[in-house]
Amino acid sequence: MTTTTGISTHTGRAAPLNQANVDTDQIIPKQFLTGVTRAGYGKHLFHDWRYLDLNEQELNPDFALNMPEYQHASILLCRENFGCGSSREHAPWALADYGFKVIIATSFADIFYGNCINNQLLPVALGNEQMDTLFDHVNAQPEAEIHVDLPNQTVSVADHQFSFDIAGQHKQNLLKGLDAIGQTLEHEGQIEKYEDNEPVWL
Amino acid sequence: MAKTLYDKVYDAHIIKAPGDDNLLYIDRHLIHEVTSPQAFAGLKEKNRKVRRPDRTIATMDHSISTRSLALDACGPQNALQLQTLANNCAEHGIELFAVGHQKQGIVHVMGPELGLIQPGMTVVCGDSHTATHGAFGALAFGIGTSQVEHVLATQTLKQSKAKSMLIQVDGQLAAGTTAKDIVLAIIGRIGHAGATGYVIEYAGDAIRALSMEERMTVCNMSIEAGAKAGLIAPDETTFAYLQGRDYAPTESHWQDAKTYWQTLYSDAEAQFDKVVTLKAGDIAPQVTWGTNPGQVIGVNTPIPAPNDFTDASERESAAKALDYMGLQAGTKLSDVAINQVFIGSCTNGRIEDLRSAASIAQQGKVADNVTAIVVPGSAAVKRQAEAEGLDQIFLQAGFEWRLPGCSMCLGMNDDVLQKHDRCASTSNRNFEGRQGRGARTHLVSPAMAAAAALRGHFADVRDFQE
Repeated sequence: MTTTTGISTHTGRAAPLNQANVDTDQIIPKQFLTGVTRAGYGKHLFHDWRYLDLNEQELNPDFALNMPEYQHASILLCRENFGCGSSREHAPWALADYGFKVIIATSFADIFYGNCINNQLLPVALGNEQMDTLFDHVNAQPEAEIHVDLPNQTVSVADHQFSFDIAGQHKQNLLKGLDAIGQTLEHEGQIEKYEDNEPVWL
Repeated sequence: MAKTLYDKVYDAHIIKAPGDDNLLYIDRHLIHEVTSPQAFAGLKEKNRKVRRPDRTIATMDHSISTRSLALDACGPQNALQLQTLANNCAEHGIELFAVGHQKQGIVHVMGPELGLIQPGMTVVCGDSHTATHGAFGALAFGIGTSQVEHVLATQTLKQSKAKSMLIQVDGQLAAGTTAKDIVLAIIGRIGHAGATGYVIEYAGDAIRALSMEERMTVCNMSIEAGAKAGLIAPDETTFAYLQGRDYAPTESHWQDAKTYWQTLYSDAEAQFDKVVTLKAGDIAPQVTWGTNPGQVIGVNTPIPAPNDFTDASERESAAKALDYMGLQAGTKLSDVAINQVFIGSCTNGRIEDLRSAASIAQQGKVADNVTAIVVPGSAAVKRQAEAEGLDQIFLQAGFEWRLPGCSMCLGMNDDVLQKHDRCASTSNRNFEGRQGRGARTHLVSPAMAAAAALRGHFADVRDFQE
């Protein structure tokens, strides 16, 4: 968890991944979890879907991220329960390393959502119909730019504008790029006080 | 005000409440090689220390071989990760159960069997199956690596309050059905994301009747319904399990601890945000047919068709799952041939699981075209099984008997399936590619896995002798 510059607004193209229950095993399969750093996971993002071979030489032309029109996308569109399964933070590391700044989905799994916040990757949850609109728009006009405004909590494309919810603490952390550990250590006195009163058997 | 068990444990650990993200004290932090290296690197970068090495326990489990004790048995990258854990533990004074240590094991098998997990504790680990420890009435949940770093540095975690769900399992399980069948049936009922945003409390006669190991199996898969955690109120079964274990309260503190633990239950008037009720007697041995754990049926139910689902998203998921799994709607599971069996994992790698599987294994031989491996959940489970002669039963029936670790549940070692292998697995995830690219995983209980191994296809364990 490092101090980074915050995220405020973002404008970019979106890639459509029109599928529910995309789990973190799909986002980054197990054979790429043996690293000891946070870097370099982007090339393995969605490995099983993105590549036809194990050595990542042959691209799957049917996978959205490989289509010419969705190159340089910085926003990912998905459906419900995105990021379910394993707690592996390698999943947001891979998404961010690939170049995604914002993930817009119908819903997210809890652990993944928190991991995104801790990595300056903005998770935006929108309703089913709003997601349908975004998918339709991006399918019809891949070059369309989507504008995401965190301070105002809105997503805009063409004439459409949608509001989204985010917890105040999460919003602040994303906006300011706060060092969460540093923040907590400011309360060291309270932590010590808690420890002084713990049961003896612990 | 009446409180749920979750309220009681949560409230007892609040350090401060800054707006919508409370700061909770963490009593026990379990770590392993895969999700900790970047956390330690982060500490080093900021010149920070581990606040409570005495509350932190490490083991090696995910990246290790089940055939060799050598750290490099699965290649240099795995070895580097394992060595990094060893170095970090040595540098920060954290107790480590490395490969070959008599206390080594899958983090969620090792912790409970050593008495490290006690009622009312907060427990975290960089692993989603940390939910297992809720079986003790502890608030236990999986966290990401940034949070691992936060807990190492501060022994606290920012954690907002989840909603509460009571899952009541009434009545008695029928013969041949197990804790695994209970939890698969629950996920089948509420769905793969049915508990997202909730902490589950499991209650009812069928839950009370479970042993601690069975309760761990149920709580373990809470995350497969999307839950933050799953809890079971502690009782005499819990206390009897804990007494005398290495890290349990000593005799001089036992009564004080137990007096506190006995206050840990949901008050009669406590309100839950959602209540789900199941009848244990209605649950048949379960088998997953799809690519998430909610896609599950009883062993004698035909495989469903996409059109059986009213929800459009479920229909699409079902069609995609049938395609990946290579299955036709309407097929009977007894007509689905398997060629791989995996018995083990943090869900079903404990001694009672191995006894259950062995009771079926001793009734025949592994079918000709099937490779079946048994991977004990810990070194202690392995020793106990060998003392009881279970290893010999498995070996004589044609199963392989391996060293403890996570193994084929996720295949970070060399226990990986090949494309189109079909596996009856006692693990927790049937995701696409989870056990190997293109491989097809069906989640079952240990007894059902052993039955499939002998028959070469899925079989109703109730057709075997008790």
